[in-house]
Amino acid sequence: MRNEWRGFKGNKWTDDIDVRDFIQNNYTPYDGDESFLEGPTEATDILWGKVQELQKEERAKGGVLDCETEVVSGLTAYGAGYIDEASKDLEKIVGLQTDKPLKRAFMPYGGIKMAEEAAENYGYHVNDKFHKIFTEYHKTHNQAVFDAYTPEMRKARHSHIVTGLPDTYGRGRIVGDYRRVALYGIDHLIAKKQEDLANCGDGTMTDDVIRLREEIAEQIRALQGMKKMAEAYGYDISAPAKNAREAVQWLYFGYLAAIKTQNGAAMSVGRISTFLDIYIERDLKEGTLTEKEAQELIDHLTMKFRMVKFARIPSYNELFSGDPVWATLEVAGIGMDGRSMVTKNDYRFLHTLENMGPSPEPNLTVLYSSALPENFKKYAASISIRTSSIQYENDDVMKPVWGDDYSICCCVSATQTGKEMQFFGARANLVKCLLYAINGGKDEKFLDKQGNHMQVGPEYAPITSEYLNYDEVIRKFDTMMDWLAGLYVNILNLIQYMHDKYYYESAEMALIDTDVRRTFATGIAGFSHVVDSLSAIKYAKVKTVRDESGLVTDYQIEGDFPRYGNDDNRADDIAVWLLKTFMKKIRKHHTYRNSEPTTSILTITSNVVYGKATGALPDGREAYKPFAPGANPAYGAEQNGLLASLNSVAKLPYEYALDGISNTQTINPGALGHDEASRKDNLVRVLDGYFDQGAHHLNVNVFGIEKLKDAMEHPEKPEYANFTIRVSGYAVKFIDLTREQQLDVISRCIHEKM
Amino acid sequence: MIKGRVHSIETFGSVDGPGVRFVIFLQGCAMRCKFCHNADTWKMESDDMRSADELIDQALRYRPYWGDEGGITVSGGEPLLQIDFVTELFRKAKEKGIHTVIDTAGQPFRREGEWFEKFKALMDCTDLLLVDIKEIDPVKHRKLTGVPNDNILSMIRYLNEIGKPIWIRQVLVPGWTDDPEDLKKEREFLDGLDNVQKVEVLPYHTMGAYKWKLLGIPYALEGVQSPSEKQVKEAELILGAGEQVRVSGEKSA
Repeated sequence: MRNEWRGFKGNKWTDDIDVRDFIQNNYTPYDGDESFLEGPTEATDILWGKVQELQKEERAKGGVLDCETEVVSGLTAYGAGYIDEASKDLEKIVGLQTDKPLKRAFMPYGGIKMAEEAAENYGYHVNDKFHKIFTEYHKTHNQAVFDAYTPEMRKARHSHIVTGLPDTYGRGRIVGDYRRVALYGIDHLIAKKQEDLANCGDGTMTDDVIRLREEIAEQIRALQGMKKMAEAYGYDISAPAKNAREAVQWLYFGYLAAIKTQNGAAMSVGRISTFLDIYIERDLKEGTLTEKEAQELIDHLTMKFRMVKFARIPSYNELFSGDPVWATLEVAGIGMDGRSMVTKNDYRFLHTLENMGPSPEPNLTVLYSSALPENFKKYAASISIRTSSIQYENDDVMKPVWGDDYSICCCVSATQTGKEMQFFGARANLVKCLLYAINGGKDEKFLDKQGNHMQVGPEYAPITSEYLNYDEVIRKFDTMMDWLAGLYVNILNLIQYMHDKYYYESAEMALIDTDVRRTFATGIAGFSHVVDSLSAIKYAKVKTVRDESGLVTDYQIEGDFPRYGNDDNRADDIAVWLLKTFMKKIRKHHTYRNSEPTTSILTITSNVVYGKATGALPDGREAYKPFAPGANPAYGAEQNGLLASLNSVAKLPYEYALDGISNTQTINPGALGHDEASRKDNLVRVLDGYFDQGAHHLNVNVFGIEKLKDAMEHPEKPEYANFTIRVSGYAVKFIDLTREQQLDVISRCIHEKM
Repeated sequence: MIKGRVHSIETFGSVDGPGVRFVIFLQGCAMRCKFCHNADTWKMESDDMRSADELIDQALRYRPYWGDEGGITVSGGEPLLQIDFVTELFRKAKEKGIHTVIDTAGQPFRREGEWFEKFKALMDCTDLLLVDIKEIDPVKHRKLTGVPNDNILSMIRYLNEIGKPIWIRQVLVPGWTDDPEDLKKEREFLDGLDNVQKVEVLPYHTMGAYKWKLLGIPYALEGVQSPSEKQVKEAELILGAGEQVRVSGEKSA
């Protein structure tokens, strides 16, 4: 065995590329408590202090510290960059996206107009030559998509019945197996890809073979680029990492390659914690590393994840507020053999939130099971209570589908690390679809050139009765959903095709098996409002209010009706029906590159934008008000407390929403228990009970509404500089949200019993 | 079947007994505590009438969250005003192996006659009581709550006699229930008991004041502030709150 692999067990992983096999053969489960953890080193304090100063400066400058205008981003576009040139020797883990910390790269391949607009928005002007190059000489993804869009697709996009589409930015959500760089070194990875290229096709040049051969060649080029990129920092990553420090550094170079070349909405890190623990354990045993130094490596790596930045346009920021990058990183989980995969390193990653304070990035995700060690569950709960910075996803429901080496590639979607890639496809506005069913495909808000309600959907017969009849509404809604599902899938087919063609993720795909499995991720917005609207129509009387054109623009509800979020099957059955029905309709259609269609109930912060574009609803939500986020019940719907709400969400079958079911809950500390010990215990009980029932995801926030209000009015107070909250699918610094979104967060139900 | 007059349900009760609990707030109370934060539970009538079976079925939906400690708590209002209903509910709960807690101020307690027999039967299916001592001094108690406290203290003594575990809860209202002399007297009283598992000092808060307004009743403690952390600490020290207390009563199943 190679010297770099001294002491490691197993042989399958040494012949083939198989990181999972390496992990299973070599990791050391840990079921002790957190008492072994070490505080920050002086170097960590100095560097993190510097980064915080820069973040402060960034905020003072309106959100962007510096922006590239002269250099197109790429693996070797820059030489080495450091947090602070003067203290660069303190950085145990090195590598920046550009030449300076927090400086945003110029990334034109998704769309030149967007790249220019992003810079302009913050007072920077991109060199004019690039405009010429990327319009006259080189096409971008954005231009290609709009070349191919049909008029119907443009209208659907305009009316926001589908929105947030990755047609103006990188689709992201592809997690390279960055661990491969550390375990195998680049040369071995190149050799394997060359083997794949040699075996690609029998010489008959079909579309598929041509495309794949070109892609493998691109991947090999990217791997070579990674070596050069690392050389700039004085590292040779052609061979495997020899020790923990190199393993962390090599892995980070793999990730750095991704964020230098792609500006996807979600640029996730993946499941690296248990993997890296193996190297740390070996060094600890060999006596070449102390626990203090091990923590420092993880702190410095995490610091780098906290510094990832992309230049975005205002409309993007409205969708995904607060500058998120979804550097999602997983800890815990249970192996297929039943052993807990919690290692000391999982504690170290959570501990970064203590050593360097709360932070939205990396998007720390606990792969939860009630069977995890009690000590770890309690530690995670205590970190949640103190920092509101972590999310939980149910390993028990994901493991049967994705195995025990999956990563979360955005907020809530699982992907087998190194084996799969995902086509991210935003979401369809099912509430608007319901309104189209009632109004015969006419939009309730957007007008055409003649000033009439725009005909966006097919011109089916509208509902003409004064009171809505449940059966009639369901029939029409079903047909309108057929239309929407077909259109939506085809918009995505087109976008993914062009993204592959003009903005291929060669660096990430180089770290994934050539024979990759692809998922096709659709999504649902406005979920709870459709459920409540249908419930209102079924159990109360809903009267239509029409404008002069006869179009229904408002609804009057007579009587009471059950709402989703109260563990009431009358409403919750509608929720299950809705999810299943939509997913079945998506599945009917051909999906690009024979990918496997999935869906999510997840909105990110786009619930505000979607709401703004959508009229009044039969459930009583007023026109243009925000939707409830993700799979959350509507604001004010929950009348029986937190657990009733959780039980409703837990009924949604994960098998029909393999892209994830996002739920965000905020609990007042006082409602969680009278003292710290009971709060910790009670939060563990909540997580156990919720996930044992098959629920998928929970964002846990622990704070009171007074703190939010104060932070909104006094963002300058030092205690709010890093005040982090979980929103649908990610975490964000509260003061970085737009005021509109801050108000939205505040208006949501906080569970606080008197 | 008797139906209970229900005020509301809290599926996630984390401060009303051990662990995570399904809390049933019953409607109706005869006390008029000036610091009451649930004034909307005073009146006796309720539109929400539920059978014990209905509530047990609903509660069982939350069993996955209870772990080894949690269960059902009946609060109010004053649950002992609906003693027949609570007894039926708890009998059925015990059949299902559910841990049962009553959160009471003890005002309806009478150590005699038919009511006392009923109370004994209720105690047979009750694991723990959370008992509020509003104020140990009888004169101040009457002024604060509108009712005397002799029968309340009598209930606590009876529970001690039968070895029924209790948690004592003292709401700390500055100027009303924080007189150190009274707290010392209360401590003496508690020291004479063997069934107290826990003593909690709950700082008075004004979050329930809006309910008085909604009910059109002038708020009785207008201008009274919540106690400071220091005041709470001092009271806890006198009452021995937070200490793992001198348990003799059986640890409930």
